[in-house]
Amino acid sequence: MKHISLPADESAIRGLTVGDQVLVSGVMVTARDAAHKYLVENDDPDAKKVLAGSMIYHCGPVVAREEGAYRFVSAGPTTSEREEPYEAAVIRRYGVRGIIGKGGMGARTLDALKTSGAAYLHAVGGLAVLLAKSVEKVEGVMKLEEFGVPEAMWIIRVRDFPAVVTMDSHGGNLHAEISRRSAERLHDLLAPSPGDTGV
Amino acid sequence: MPQPDLTDHFTELIRRASTVLPSDVGAAIRAAADHEDEGSVARRVLLSLLENAAAAARESSPICQDTGTLTFHVTHDAGFSRAVLEDQIREAVAEATRRSFLRPNAVNALTGKNSGNNLGTGAPLVFFHDAFGRSEAADTQHSTLSATLLLKGGGSENVSIQYSLPDERLGAGRDYAGVRRCILDAVHRAQGYGCAPGTLGIGIGGDRMTSHMTAKEQLLRRLDDVNPDPDLAAHEKEAVEKLNTLGIGPMGFGGRTTVLGVKIGARHRVPASFFVSIAYMCWAFRRCTMTWKDGTASFES
Repeated sequence: MKHISLPADESAIRGLTVGDQVLVSGVMVTARDAAHKYLVENDDPDAKKVLAGSMIYHCGPVVAREEGAYRFVSAGPTTSEREEPYEAAVIRRYGVRGIIGKGGMGARTLDALKTSGAAYLHAVGGLAVLLAKSVEKVEGVMKLEEFGVPEAMWIIRVRDFPAVVTMDSHGGNLHAEISRRSAERLHDLLAPSPGDTGV
Repeated sequence: MPQPDLTDHFTELIRRASTVLPSDVGAAIRAAADHEDEGSVARRVLLSLLENAAAAARESSPICQDTGTLTFHVTHDAGFSRAVLEDQIREAVAEATRRSFLRPNAVNALTGKNSGNNLGTGAPLVFFHDAFGRSEAADTQHSTLSATLLLKGGGSENVSIQYSLPDERLGAGRDYAGVRRCILDAVHRAQGYGCAPGTLGIGIGGDRMTSHMTAKEQLLRRLDDVNPDPDLAAHEKEAVEKLNTLGIGPMGFGGRTTVLGVKIGARHRVPASFFVSIAYMCWAFRRCTMTWKDGTASFES
């Protein structure tokens, strides 16, 4: 088990490889569809301040407001692939050191991870209550009114947030590997068999 | 006798659906974990899902933050007004959102504005069914009602798919062998995106709409049931076995558990069309049924 503290420098991230189990601590920012579009279409200095050296968490949380403070109730990862058109630009422009989500991402993001020294960490989808417990404090929120609760950029302080490195800064990609192996098996299963009349 | 106010019972139905993993789903995940190698990532992930579900139930927190699309199936006797029931359900949905049992999930498709309370055009979705035969319609007075709620998140909905046979790319013709190819292809395409291990609801036949409806309706079944149609029952069993050889595994990390179950329904089609619809449900297969009988509500998940 490896520990990553945010903000992280390049050498800490370069030390991660596919398959590493990590616990992340420090301040990270949630961002999903509306936020990624916004971050690419704008050059937001406030966002840059919190994102530099930090990680983006693909998450649209359930948030309760209790006595004036926000509390994360349920906060698992959302599918990362939807941010593929934006992520490489976001990583480069804002100096992000990691993306946390689920399902993995595409070639452009993998390339940005390599050139910028960042990693993709996979959280377990649907592990929403346990992951919310690793959020110690909501430090702030950007674009809440405009984007709504799930899409807002929540600035959160986490302790020992569990994830697995599935895309690293050296070009390693577990998703491509599983996809390739399962495609081979699919090919075998689709081979014509007796009684299979085909088209 | 006025129609009873079931709003609080509907709120409780929503709370349970969002925070209590159905017993059959928990049992299937437990069995899957036992089937994975000791010390494997697959096994660890499956066990963490059970740990998460236990924490969710204990704290009344949503098992998954994507509390999804709300689909109610309400079966009732002749005394109930459907309009009144729908009003009560909508009030319960707004209340459940206020109490953080649901994430605000209704977004205006044109403006992108989130309604903030899960209410909107077509949200929530409510289907009504009669609980009486034709001859009994007149003399039944709102004494019995059952409501099943299904919560289905966006990640799994996005990997759901509909095929039109024949499909040359898959070499899938207009017979069950062709359907089998669609099922394998759909799960391979889904990889871990739909939060594997998923459960498939499959609709064969119908038109584009009813084929998808048939697929979704299969998700109202329990994982441990047996299809009354022996052919479909055999196809379901075979599909689970084959799909679990793909090696995609929990979350797409690799492993022996790619699906928890496959449920198939079929309906007649027109000669020109042959649709196969696949509704992918994530591992967090959330559903609950409320039964109202003689003034008392009971819940089963």
